[in-house]
Amino acid sequence: MFGYLIRSVLQAIVVMLAVAFIAFSMFRFVGDPVASIVGQDATLKDRQELADSLGLNDPLLVQFARFVGNAAQGDFGISYRQGRPVATLLRERLPATIELAVISAALALVLGLGLGIYTALRRDGWAANLVMSLSLIGVSLPTFLIGIGLIYFFGVVLRWLPTFGRGETVAFGWWTTGLLTESGRKSLILPVVTLGFYQLTLIMRLVRSEMLEVMRADYIRFARARGLTDGAINFKHALKNTMIPVVTITGLQLGSIVAFAITTETVFNWPGLGALFVKSVEVVDIPVMGAYLMFVGLIFVVVSLIVDMLYFLIDPRLRTGGAVPAK
Amino acid sequence: MTDVPIPTLRQRLNDSDLWLSFKASPVTIVAAFTTLLIFVLAFFAPVFAPQDAFNPAALNLMDGFTHPMERGAGSNMLFLLGSDAQGRDMLSALFYGTRVSLIVGLCSVGFSMLLGISLGLLAGYLGGRVEQLIMRVADIQLSFPGILIALLIFGIARGIIPPNKHETTALFVIILAIGLSHWAQYARTVRASALVERNKDYVQAARLIGIRGLAIMARHILPNVMGPVLVIATINLALAVIEEATLSFFGVGMPVTQPSLGTLIRFGQQYLISGEWWILLFPALTIVILGLAINLLGDWLRDALNPKLR
Amino acid sequence: MTQPVLSVRNLKVEFVTRRGILRAIDDISFDIAPGEVLGVVGESGAGKSLTGTAIIGLIDPPGRIAGGEVLLQGSRIDNLPKEAMRRIRGKRIGMIFQDPLTSLNPLFRISEQLVETIQTHTDMNAQQARERAIGLLTEVGIPAPEKRIDGYPHEFSGGMRQRVVIALALAAEPELIIADEPTTALDVSVQAQIITLLKKLCRERGTAVMLVTHDMGVIAETADRVAVMYAGRIAEIGPVREVVQHARHPYAKGLMGAIPTLETAADRLTQIPGSMPRLTAIPKGCAFNPRCSEAFARCFVERPDPIPVGVSQVACWLYKYGKEAAA
Repeated sequence: MFGYLIRSVLQAIVVMLAVAFIAFSMFRFVGDPVASIVGQDATLKDRQELADSLGLNDPLLVQFARFVGNAAQGDFGISYRQGRPVATLLRERLPATIELAVISAALALVLGLGLGIYTALRRDGWAANLVMSLSLIGVSLPTFLIGIGLIYFFGVVLRWLPTFGRGETVAFGWWTTGLLTESGRKSLILPVVTLGFYQLTLIMRLVRSEMLEVMRADYIRFARARGLTDGAINFKHALKNTMIPVVTITGLQLGSIVAFAITTETVFNWPGLGALFVKSVEVVDIPVMGAYLMFVGLIFVVVSLIVDMLYFLIDPRLRTGGAVPAK
Repeated sequence: MTDVPIPTLRQRLNDSDLWLSFKASPVTIVAAFTTLLIFVLAFFAPVFAPQDAFNPAALNLMDGFTHPMERGAGSNMLFLLGSDAQGRDMLSALFYGTRVSLIVGLCSVGFSMLLGISLGLLAGYLGGRVEQLIMRVADIQLSFPGILIALLIFGIARGIIPPNKHETTALFVIILAIGLSHWAQYARTVRASALVERNKDYVQAARLIGIRGLAIMARHILPNVMGPVLVIATINLALAVIEEATLSFFGVGMPVTQPSLGTLIRFGQQYLISGEWWILLFPALTIVILGLAINLLGDWLRDALNPKLR
Repeated sequence: MTQPVLSVRNLKVEFVTRRGILRAIDDISFDIAPGEVLGVVGESGAGKSLTGTAIIGLIDPPGRIAGGEVLLQGSRIDNLPKEAMRRIRGKRIGMIFQDPLTSLNPLFRISEQLVETIQTHTDMNAQQARERAIGLLTEVGIPAPEKRIDGYPHEFSGGMRQRVVIALALAAEPELIIADEPTTALDVSVQAQIITLLKKLCRERGTAVMLVTHDMGVIAETADRVAVMYAGRIAEIGPVREVVQHARHPYAKGLMGAIPTLETAADRLTQIPGSMPRLTAIPKGCAFNPRCSEAFARCFVERPDPIPVGVSQVACWLYKYGKEAAA
């Protein structure tokens, strides 16, 4: 058990270092960091001083170590375009993204699981077929068009819901929330639906196909031959076995929901990290891009770790240190 | 061991009931015709478009904001799908825009296919650390949205390419960015087949006598993975078109001078609230229909080539 | 004569496919008396396993029972509602599948799987069911059952798992056990033990057994009567001694010729030329005619029904018209 834990953590660290290395390489090699900070018309002396103070003349490995050390303490450098610390920029926008992502993920998880199980069990029913067809449309519809469609219908035609921004927010220290005001809650609805819908269709289709696969397994056939009730077979035996691949894939999926929020945030002018990232790409603000990348990587790695733990709880074959399950 | 002759593509098609299942599925037939129609209209845009939509000289400002099915105030030309602020015929803009979208889509799919197959083969053939590295990167990349990777690559390319070349290189940068965000699935599929093949006698023998085991293995594996690769490529084409549209919609994709469907939607969004709905609706519809049709084709291909999975 | 435990009358099973309807079991009839072991043999694809699946009511679409009756203790069960049939499965008919490695759900303890089966079919409380489960494990020869009962399937060897599967099948004291190739997936050394165990337990309880296998050795040692199936039909059925030593149907003869014995010091075992036809290409008349060395005109035109020959039933024209007619 302990070995398994250690391995997961080590893997997470390796992934984080790799992401940090990409971010570092971007900062170091894309464009000229000195020129980006002081502008083209600085004197040679100014430039050299800045290069020294940034440590750009040290060996690369030292520079990378310093980069990682700074990042671990929350120092991601200064934004080229806004001249403010990247960490401050991220912190301002973090609450908006987290609120949107968590609520969407919860919605997608609950509905995706429910509908996935339903469509697997009622494989040939008309309602299940309807849901499946709708989900195909959901997969083929670009997220930004869903967003625009919702804005047009609920914002422009019906005028029920706000079409951009977070509405009024309440601050607790540096954290802000839109959940405590009516305009804040209303503003959340459309972005949550937009972001959650795609995840929902993915989770639902995954649960359905995994469950159908499990239903074909020998132990399900044997469970039926033992005369167990449909309820016990479907919701005890089949469901638990379905959860193994579903937990893995869904976990990773939700781990990157922050990255999926890029599109939603841009469409709804949501003041989150994704919108900040798109802006920084537009104007090539490398430190912001790198920091965002590391942030997304961190969330992903943390969620992966949680998934590994869950996996461990569900599958007894891992606990006794036996062979790794085939799938 | 006797060498079983590799069946030709034609034999494989016959064996897989491809035609049979095609004929049996009206949805697939409609999807195929729709895709074909869109491809033809887009690639022969100069032939079919009523107007040379992106040549400023061909536009008449008096025609601006003509409603669909009405005649323009300036040129008296019939605008089937209306016109935009500059009097540009939306139908013609659609043809040209779809052409750009499809070029980006097809090229990036080709690029990611080439990259993915090569990396997959290499991983399967070499094994060891190279394989672990490639597959691990593929795993991680697969769990992130393509748009994040595409944006990142786009941003990096912008940082490297001098600003005055941004517009001329945009097409290539986008193809590169989208292509790099989709290679992982091909690599996975090809590697899985390569793993099976790697331990077969002929590869081991070729390796021992130092001839090009990789090339020989590729020749045996590629026919086997054609089916799955085709399915992935089809579905990825829809994804690539959508991804390009998203990038262009963000304003970090195709420049105004070479608009894609996404660029058209970006323009159209400005007029949504003021009531000129057609400027946005038709490009949006085109993307939805194109994406749906290609996805349906992909689904059908997957089921037809692999009847066990439903 | 006592009432048979199981009577199968003119059973037909079909599969609806894209290429038309395939008849996988075509008009078979047989009885199993209380306490009797009926062996069912044939090549793979002859319909042996499917017969068992049809009896227990677990044929999945696109398969269906297209005709005939299945009677358990004289009352029909093939047309029962789903819920009533479920109560029979496990309670009155137990089933054992081929592969013990995949028959048990890997994510549940042995105790959970036993207790749920016992509680589904009896009024026992959890404690009673657990005690009964331990008793069953003792009976099937699991050492230290009080301890092993809380293990997971992957902690048991293949032979031990099959013992657990037998315990599960016997959990509710069924009148009939259908054992579908119960030893094929096991090591040769374990096969005999499992068969001996199965036979012993069923004899003690007076349970009738339908033993599906392609292993003639197992049949010769275990069965009271044997049915030889070919291409979805019964070619010959009779007492095991009679069929093994004096097979009448040319196919059965060939099959028996393929058993190695000490007495027949033959250099080589007899082989039946050719292979069984696919369901899509069953020949007109007797399905065996392309491979039969004794076939005559009638065999190519009309299908033979089983007729009494001695103490057996044989579906072959040779015994209606005599060998002279054939010559």
